[in-house]
Amino acid sequence: MDLTFTEREQAFRDELRAWLAGHEPGPEPRGDEDAHYAWRRDWQRELHEGGWAGVHWPVEYGGRGATLTESAIFFEELGHARAPLPANALGLLLGGPTLMVWGDEEQKERFLAPILSAEEIWCQGFSEPDAGSDLAAIKTRAVPDGDDWVVTGQKVWTSTAQYAKWCMLVARTEPGSVKHKGLTYFLLDMEQDGVEVVPLKQITGESEFNELFLDGARIPAENVIGGVGNGWKVALTTLMNERAGLAFFLQVRLRQQLDRLIEAAAANGTLEDARTADRLADLHVRTELLRLMAWKGLSTIERYGQPGPEGSLTKWLWSETNQLLVQTAVDVVGDEALEAGTSWSFELLRARGNSIEGGTTEILKNIVAERVLGLPRAR
Amino acid sequence: MDFDFTDEQQAIRDTARALLASRAGGERADGAELWRELCELGWPGIAIPERHGGQGLGLVELAILAEQLGSACAQVPLLGTTLAALTLDLAGSDEQCERWLPPLASGELTGALAFAGAAQLVPDATPDGLAVALDPAIFAGALFEHGAIERVEAIDPRRAHGRLLAGLRDGDPLPGDVTAARDRALVVVAAELVGLCRRALDLTVSYVKERRQFGVPVGSFQAVQHAAAQMLRDTEAAAVATYHAAWCADAAPEGLPLAAAMAKAAASDAGRSVTSAAIQLHGGIGFTWEADLHWLFKRAQVDAAYLGGGGAQRARVAGLIAPRRQPAGAAA
Repeated sequence: MDLTFTEREQAFRDELRAWLAGHEPGPEPRGDEDAHYAWRRDWQRELHEGGWAGVHWPVEYGGRGATLTESAIFFEELGHARAPLPANALGLLLGGPTLMVWGDEEQKERFLAPILSAEEIWCQGFSEPDAGSDLAAIKTRAVPDGDDWVVTGQKVWTSTAQYAKWCMLVARTEPGSVKHKGLTYFLLDMEQDGVEVVPLKQITGESEFNELFLDGARIPAENVIGGVGNGWKVALTTLMNERAGLAFFLQVRLRQQLDRLIEAAAANGTLEDARTADRLADLHVRTELLRLMAWKGLSTIERYGQPGPEGSLTKWLWSETNQLLVQTAVDVVGDEALEAGTSWSFELLRARGNSIEGGTTEILKNIVAERVLGLPRAR
Repeated sequence: MDFDFTDEQQAIRDTARALLASRAGGERADGAELWRELCELGWPGIAIPERHGGQGLGLVELAILAEQLGSACAQVPLLGTTLAALTLDLAGSDEQCERWLPPLASGELTGALAFAGAAQLVPDATPDGLAVALDPAIFAGALFEHGAIERVEAIDPRRAHGRLLAGLRDGDPLPGDVTAARDRALVVVAAELVGLCRRALDLTVSYVKERRQFGVPVGSFQAVQHAAAQMLRDTEAAAVATYHAAWCADAAPEGLPLAAAMAKAAASDAGRSVTSAAIQLHGGIGFTWEADLHWLFKRAQVDAAYLGGGGAQRARVAGLIAPRRQPAGAAA
């Protein structure tokens, strides 16, 4: 056991910290989503100019070739600096790495560089109204027409679709096929007739997500990724990349929220109350456990090439802890947390999505039971 | 970051696991015979310095052993003996260490650790063993050669329990820092709880794969699966907190007080919830004396409360986090 960072890792953190100290993202625009997104896009351009946009990407694709640990440090430090995630997070974390595995040379040449520079934003067209947790139940169809595919269907929960140039789209290309068979992974050009983006207003009043209506949208054959009929495998690569780096960013955000809450409790005297102190201490223990489990999971992947049980447990623990935190905040800060427009009321509402987005808690428990504990498939 | 055990640590774990698997279990298992074997292997002295007859290993190694003993729910006085020894080693005078550590290391003398003041149940405390008592609130401790312990029948009959009758003032005072001993003791008890949890989870997973109702294994029902997943989460969380704290004790002691309180909080809660869930998921058989689960539940109940349970540890955590923060990006 050695729970310290290597000199090289520490040097990476120091270099990044020094860079972040000289390159602040500027004040966060509130209340205007377009301005907020433009702010994140500017931030990614700045990261890119400093060589920090694709830390985990191989050097040959314009990245820094960072190890998993360094990549986790990158997201931790971004969190510490209260900097936002880069605008093209979906391209950087999901799209690029998927293309590196499944894309051909022309595709990599064409698509990777503009992801890094935030010139072309990516979005993810997987979920559908009837394919949420049961992702393989995709109904969106793509049919060949000359050298193109023509797509019809509906996607949902498509964040950044209104800004995106490319959509990672999974569609059914084999008529009559079911479940994970007969699916194909495409890159869909969002700037065309036949693609309609409709914002989805969520319980916070904001619209982070969209519905995507596809009616005769065209995709040239060269934008198939990983071969026709192989879409499920390619999609799994995307999904496996979904949590790795993000976990560290979210974990640091949780830490910051908790520090803010403990400060508030110390300031208004509620920390003196034994019950409140117990809840805050419990949140502290959970937050630290999460950090340790995330690092343990990462070191397992780094050493053995595959995740241990921690990977499936951290997202579940994170969402539950964040939800407990915001509920505790209502009791600690009082009515302010229930007034519209305050940051605590926003967090209270936003946290409800945590146990649904990126895998519901129920699905995560199924995964733990079946794939980690080896229990028979649920009925 | 490397959470793996070294080769030597793995060897300790594997040896302990193999030996205990072949010896432990059942109400009538012979604890005295097993204790003789463990003493021959030098286990009571694993973390006692070599100059006092021990093996001079660290808290990680002791935690590994404690986890295996928990897993086997072994009938040996190793927990109390190692806790008394590590307390003496950290807080005792040279004379006290020279006199008492060698017989504790060889196992010819057994020991126990109590918190003074509270009328609490002390595992492995017997009238003829050595008793060490601490009061971390006043940074004081003392040792008692004999006559300070009254036997108590606890819910866990596979281990002796006693209660400290005397006050700190009646014993031979320990001149050193008892808080470091307290923190290490919490980690060792947490490790035993982790072992109890792992065993409860293993037994439960095997059982729900085999047990059939409605024509299918009960482990295929989501209600059962989700409860088992929760057992795993609680167990893994307690384990990572415990070994992090043990590592802190050996390599980064400034982080130990908070890490130890967190480990004992997580392990106490996990010990209760995981062994309870094990009984529940076994259904009726889990409630019988014949099934081994009640040994795990009983020992977990005593360990969870011993030296302060989840609530007491969180009260300490609250005190430790209120005035200062962890520096950003510090090592784990």
